[in-house]
Amino acid sequence: MSTASRLTRSRTRSAWAFLAPMLVVLALVAAWPLARTIWFSFTDANLSDMSAAQFVGLANFEYLLTDPDWWRSVWNTLFFTLVSVSLETALGLAIALALNMHMPGRGLLRTAVLIPWAIPTIVSAQMWAWMLNDVFGVINEMLILIGVIDQGIAWTANPDTAIWAVIMVDVWKTTPFMALLLLAGLQMLPSECYEAAKIDGIHPVEVFWKVTLPLLMPALLVAVIFRLLDALRIFDAIYVLTGNNQATMSMSIYARQQLVDFQDVGFGSAASTLLFLTIAVFTTVYLTLARIGDSGGDHP
Amino acid sequence: MTRANRRRLGRVGFYLLMAVIVFYAVFPFYWAIVSSFKPGSEMFRVDFLPPPNLDNYQAVFAEQPFGQNILNSLIVAVSVVLLSLALGLLAAFALGRIRFRGRSLLLFTILGVSMFPQVAVLSGMFELVRSLGLYNRLPALVLSYMIFTLPFTVWVLTTFIRALPKELEEAAIVDGAKPLTIVTKVFLPLLTPALITTGLLAFIAAWNEFLFALTFTLSGEQRTVPVAIALISGASAYELPWGNIMAASVIVTVPLIVLVLFFQRRIVSGLTAGAVKG
Repeated sequence: MSTASRLTRSRTRSAWAFLAPMLVVLALVAAWPLARTIWFSFTDANLSDMSAAQFVGLANFEYLLTDPDWWRSVWNTLFFTLVSVSLETALGLAIALALNMHMPGRGLLRTAVLIPWAIPTIVSAQMWAWMLNDVFGVINEMLILIGVIDQGIAWTANPDTAIWAVIMVDVWKTTPFMALLLLAGLQMLPSECYEAAKIDGIHPVEVFWKVTLPLLMPALLVAVIFRLLDALRIFDAIYVLTGNNQATMSMSIYARQQLVDFQDVGFGSAASTLLFLTIAVFTTVYLTLARIGDSGGDHP
Repeated sequence: MTRANRRRLGRVGFYLLMAVIVFYAVFPFYWAIVSSFKPGSEMFRVDFLPPPNLDNYQAVFAEQPFGQNILNSLIVAVSVVLLSLALGLLAAFALGRIRFRGRSLLLFTILGVSMFPQVAVLSGMFELVRSLGLYNRLPALVLSYMIFTLPFTVWVLTTFIRALPKELEEAAIVDGAKPLTIVTKVFLPLLTPALITTGLLAFIAAWNEFLFALTFTLSGEQRTVPVAIALISGASAYELPWGNIMAASVIVTVPLIVLVLFFQRRIVSGLTAGAVKG
């Protein structure tokens, strides 16, 4: 055997040796619990004694399909995801474009938008809950001051506004992340196109639609899907702002409520499994996109 | 309107927009600080510059085990970071530097795991935690947090490791160095900045985690700070001690903001390496 192929073989062996600890931990914390969750979704498992679980076939899923609360949570999750990701994309793009300009004060802007990102979701939810307080909240106070409303609105308690309160918190907290991802995309765009456009005297707005946006599209798509995946599993912000309120309940909140509060592991697992499948579809799309990006990359 | 005037107007508009963005980003935190300084009696007056009063800060530590909660969060987050970095560095070396069959599939599986909805593993993890006897104990959190910090760490470190020049490693191989020596003697020093970035992001993720911490702990003494802050309650359900909540919020957020601002550039590069680059 040649030295080169012996070297290759020993390197392959060491590759698996290096990967083994990480793979063992991932199997323990990801593969195994996921497999158990999927198994529980076909059983009548109860939290107090999970080992007594009996196989019940598709009964949990059948019941889910007829539970209006479940459909409510599906609708809430999708509505929240669609609205907040759209808002974050539009706002994030605007901020990224501003950050990409060579202007004094850029550093300050970047620092400012990083602050919401650094704040824990729980904390930002509590901060907004306080600002949105019906009697003492500063937002109602300001709205009354400028004459938009004449008495405080119970933003998080009112079913019509609660979901908007959640959206507001999420947009505030994650737009910076979107802006940073898009900024990274903007900074990778070739400057030649812009110089050519400048020489031809094309209006900046037209340059944005015809040059920037098409070139930015791959980065934009990946950022949007990344945020979609995150938004679909929302838990923290809703839990703190409105608790187990049905008006804002997301799929994650619904699943956890069944599982922990109602002790119904089988049913909660069925709900979790459906959420997992939804996200798996989006993940596959994301990975396909990332893979296309990868094949064009410059690394070995 | 002359061209110069129009341009001036445009610039004013731009700065106005920037001012609005900065205000929108910063105001909620500013308001939390202001509220945290207000004693109970003044809490409900809108006052934009109250004199600092630390009663709420004392109350948070006196009325509940908040010091213990901070310590818990620190223990969990630091353990998670160290474990993830150690396992992640080894794996990233294999994935970034060695060609072997199935490498690409493995990388994408790992990325897939980082997209898992946490609730999808909740019942399985609950069973695991309980059968290991870790329920209501901090190791349960360290173990469960690996599900999101480990894939992330592996992925980002692989991206960083691929960007390093090949020659360094080749020279070490010619000198007869074993792979483990190459990782610890050649890559570890070169990757220090990347490890700091990745570790910082993993730390923030672990520090902020809520769902597992809420589900796998029961007693106030075992809680981490996000759970403690979410569950602060007053004398009755309708009477939330907002001053205490805001003081606790400020306490756990200020160190994070300082860290993030200090490592701004690194954080941004880490975030983009984790998300955009394939």
